[in-house]
Amino acid sequence: MKRGLFIPIVATLGFIFLYAPIISLVVFSFNESKLVTVWGGFSTKWYGELFANPQVLDAGLLSLRVAAASATIALILGTLCAVALSRFRRFRGKTLLGGMVSAPLVMPDVITGLSLLLLFVAMEEVFGWPAGRGELTIIIAHSTFCMAYVTVVVASRLSDLDQSLEEAAQDLGAIPARVFFDITLPIIAPALISSWLLSFTLSLDDLVIASFVSGPGSSTLPMVIFSKIKLGVSPDVNALASLIIGVVALGVIIATIIQLRRPTKKAPA
Amino acid sequence: MGELERRRGFGADVVTAELATAGLPRPVWRPWGFLRERLTMMGIGGRWAVILPPLLWLLIFFLIPLIVVIKIAFSESVVGQPPYMPLLTISPEGDVQMTLHLSNFIFLTQDHLYLDAYLSSLKIAAISTILALLVGYPMAYFIARSGDRARNILLMLVILPFWSSFLLRVYAWIGFLKNNGVIDNTLEALGVQHLIDALNAALAPLGWAIPPLPWAMLYTDFGVYIGIVYTYLPFMILPLYTNLVKLDGALLEASADLGAKPFRTFLSVTLPLSMPGVIAGSMLVFIPAIGEYVIPQLLGGPSTLMIGRVLWDEFFTNRDWPTASAVAIAMLVVVVVPLMILQRAQNAVVER
Repeated sequence: MKRGLFIPIVATLGFIFLYAPIISLVVFSFNESKLVTVWGGFSTKWYGELFANPQVLDAGLLSLRVAAASATIALILGTLCAVALSRFRRFRGKTLLGGMVSAPLVMPDVITGLSLLLLFVAMEEVFGWPAGRGELTIIIAHSTFCMAYVTVVVASRLSDLDQSLEEAAQDLGAIPARVFFDITLPIIAPALISSWLLSFTLSLDDLVIASFVSGPGSSTLPMVIFSKIKLGVSPDVNALASLIIGVVALGVIIATIIQLRRPTKKAPA
Repeated sequence: MGELERRRGFGADVVTAELATAGLPRPVWRPWGFLRERLTMMGIGGRWAVILPPLLWLLIFFLIPLIVVIKIAFSESVVGQPPYMPLLTISPEGDVQMTLHLSNFIFLTQDHLYLDAYLSSLKIAAISTILALLVGYPMAYFIARSGDRARNILLMLVILPFWSSFLLRVYAWIGFLKNNGVIDNTLEALGVQHLIDALNAALAPLGWAIPPLPWAMLYTDFGVYIGIVYTYLPFMILPLYTNLVKLDGALLEASADLGAKPFRTFLSVTLPLSMPGVIAGSMLVFIPAIGEYVIPQLLGGPSTLMIGRVLWDEFFTNRDWPTASAVAIAMLVVVVVPLMILQRAQNAVVER
């Protein structure tokens, strides 16, 4: 087949489009000048300024705590939900459960955030709980929308799974819970890890929902960044961005190398 | 080991005894037997122990909040905390009175800001989706036709930005698009201004003119398109790639043998076969783009109307909770419900 030049050129331009802004962001984080678009000499002073800013550090720690907690809750609830939806034949409320868990995938963040905030306000009025909003309410909100993604990932892995293994264990007399912990869980472990990481990233990344459900004094990292950006570009945001991008790039590259090195094993279907 | 025990399952005591005879240590305690006993004692079968936690969680934190939004959308806005009137009032005599205020919804239809915002959201999402398709399709095609090793690396390059912060990726474009930003400076350094002058001289008789550098790109609709395409490009490329990688090269060869030019082959073979990928990718860009708040706020101008932004302003700036709730309900009805129906229909087709 004859190969044209059109596709490679357009694809290359596409990759430049994907990476040029990120690269310029990193380059200008080492800029001496306060202007983010004019080069004024090499400097790492913005990184120093970043680490001297307690507001950014606190927000970063809060975001990491929230992300870890909500990813874990979402993983447990989402896995249970995926098992219920793909392994149980029929039960009361199956359609409702399926609908409710997939709805957050198409629901705009502004609606999710608004509805949860109104719920928390109403609950506080009626039960006195949660008293005020902050870390706990953000964790609840993030767990709810991350759970949808976990369910999708785990359910698709469960439906690919060779069910004869589970059936064999059951025939040998293992109770369903034992089948799950000894057979299913080890097989779907990679899907669980990737959905935990996905939830962690989604939580770390969320600005809109967190802005609705957080209270005064508990600002997540995206909220702090957003309020800084609204005032215009500032080099310490560039420094922060470069750090995040560096950590992520390193993680993804290591994961990819591990995956490429490992000979691809395919379970016989 | 007795037959009965064998049938009942690998009881912990049997396993321990067998391990002891083989000279192996006791196994660690595992929780399922205990959990099961407890739950059965409480009258919850194993299945409900799996179903109930996610079901209850979603009822409390997904369904009830939506009902609360509906409730507040029908109540009256007041100055106070919380800034709305209760729907149910109980008089001293004990009569329960419920007042439904349709005023918020009537307000939505009277002020054309809201209708304009809906239409503008749909327009911006649609244009961005088409742009993302135009950029993403060649990239997905290129990746699908690359060698095995290159393909993995290219796919990683597509996914990599997704794992970094969304907000910071949008932020990166501010420095790029702004007046005398990176794009303007680069174009100027390349001498594009001379090219524009020359073109303008040629176009002058037609009455057309290209604006001189620096170009205002930030705080315009154009900035919003760029932001959406940039953010959601991986969601366009991945389904297209999964589809295109399955494309049988023999079909393309057959088409070429029959004398079709590459473009003709693309139009009558590749494109129709990749339609499921095109639809899936477009949905994945279009759906989140409609409700987008951050991108129009940071890259759009004051005149860039999007419904997510209107809801945000109504809530945070005007502190009008009932109107914000009414906007949310209208948004659900107009945008989300049709999408869910469409998705359901699509799933039904795929399953068949």
